Amino acid sequence: MIRTQARTRKRGMLSYKTRKRLVPFFYVAPATFLFCLLMLFPMITVLRYSLMDGAITKKDAAFVGLQNYVTIFNDPVFWQSVGQTLYFTVMSVIFHLLIGLAFALLLNSQRVDPLIRSILRVLYIMPWLFTAVIIAIIWRLLLDPNGVINSILMTLHIINFKVEWFSSTKTALHALTFANIWAGYPLYMVSLLAGLQGIPKDLYEAAGIDGANEFQKFRYITIPQLMPIIISIALLDFIWTMQVFPLVWMTTGGGPIYATEVLSTYTYKLAFSSYEFSRASASAIFILIISMGATYFYIKHQKAR
Amino acid sequence: MAKRSLSRTILPTLLTYLGLAVGLVFAGFPILWMFFTSLKSNTEIFALPPRLLPDHFTNVAYLSIFNDPAKIRFFLNSYLVAGVVTLLTLLIAILTAYGFSRYSFRFKNTLNVFIISTQTVPPITLLIPYFGMVVAFGIFNTYFALILTYMVFTLPYAILLMTGYLNTLPRELDEAVLVDGGSSWTALWRVIIPLSVPGIVATAVYTFLLAWNEFLFALTLTKSMDMRTVPIGIELLMGQHAFEWNEMMAMSVLGSLPLLLLYLIAQRYFLAGMAAGSVKS
Repeated sequence: MIRTQARTRKRGMLSYKTRKRLVPFFYVAPATFLFCLLMLFPMITVLRYSLMDGAITKKDAAFVGLQNYVTIFNDPVFWQSVGQTLYFTVMSVIFHLLIGLAFALLLNSQRVDPLIRSILRVLYIMPWLFTAVIIAIIWRLLLDPNGVINSILMTLHIINFKVEWFSSTKTALHALTFANIWAGYPLYMVSLLAGLQGIPKDLYEAAGIDGANEFQKFRYITIPQLMPIIISIALLDFIWTMQVFPLVWMTTGGGPIYATEVLSTYTYKLAFSSYEFSRASASAIFILIISMGATYFYIKHQKAR
Repeated sequence: MAKRSLSRTILPTLLTYLGLAVGLVFAGFPILWMFFTSLKSNTEIFALPPRLLPDHFTNVAYLSIFNDPAKIRFFLNSYLVAGVVTLLTLLIAILTAYGFSRYSFRFKNTLNVFIISTQTVPPITLLIPYFGMVVAFGIFNTYFALILTYMVFTLPYAILLMTGYLNTLPRELDEAVLVDGGSSWTALWRVIIPLSVPGIVATAVYTFLLAWNEFLFALTLTKSMDMRTVPIGIELLMGQHAFEWNEMMAMSVLGSLPLLLLYLIAQRYFLAGMAAGSVKS
């Protein structure tokens, strides 16, 4: 049918076949152009910057090889940032998963009225809808030395003095991690809830007939069935959490001293406070390499499914 | 026997409700606290013992925002930037998704992997070259700089969500148009787009959310007060008068409102889209 149409409507320099082959490229061209401009070109640029001395600031910035990498690798604050980023990220991912899974299981429970479940689902998602800046100031208010959390903890005699959560080197990183845990679990909850609803009911029925108890059903049916979702969400969460910036910037700014410095604030300060764009680029490439490593596993995992 | 039925039915139900209640406090308390703080006078905020509800409800914080043109401007900027980004993203994403969903072509797989991996590129890595680029193009401190750079993180999601949605529409729809002598372009606009409204709504909401919440690029690629967006506005408010908590909370409530409303309106589409995106892609 389409062939006959082609013969009758053939026009222009290009044959119908060529034009037909070009059609998909017409549709994907705008996006491809934007990705080249906003991804490919900047990537090459940042790599180039990282191998120069005084990129952006100097007109005749010279090529210095890997010297910027050597400089940041010799900076103890850089390694402190790596460690703190890792702590922040791993704790966040673990607790996001635990809380997200717990909420998904509760919301999926047949014991609860469906109306209550659908209302609670909306309420539980709410932390996710707030931008990082707002999450930061909510927790700055709650964790203020004179704030409500200190008040409650003192009334319960859990602490006996006003803790300066965000301005003490001992607590700042934990407080920050906690705020991020609060803000990030709903992605897991939503995905795992969808996953739970997709598990075939007869698996549980069959297990019930075989005499499995609730825990065994959870351990041998629910978890394995959810595993693909857990792995992909956890990998994505790891990548995104590792790149955290606004939350840290708005609560502690990396301080006190360097107690909450993470890779992104370390890099940002190098670039936009010290104007060391070349060293910042080296640090940015380091973050990129770790992200790409995790992305490789993510894509491999997606393809395997 | 009685004990057994208790542990079988009532106890688990009770525990489930208890868990749900704990979850509600965990998720909801900080948000309620924010909301009621915005309705307190500034002297009442750290009152001892702390109270959730204000003694005297007051809208001074909201009034002082509405009477300050500089703060109104933050909101206008955010609406403008997020709105334009959403429109442009939708347009480009729909075209790309249509290409992906209806054709196979050379480099399709490469392009697909490229788009997926774009999602995970650290914004800070892009920021440094963007800063150089934006200055070189002479668009530093303009809406254009924000709109252009925001596309890099809105497009991948939009394309993946839309491709997923278009894949659910049968190809026979396009073929019917082609048989009638129409082009694929006609099929896209006359048939596919009208049928994709749920997918488009979900994508639009998610795109708007991403653009509205963006912080790092807005912080770095704009400079003057009249170009700042809401997140940066809140940051500035925090730096300027660190003790006006009620005003910061009012600003946060107003800054979250469009997202809450959009989310509630589009919830059904949104969750379905999210689930489709995360369960299979």
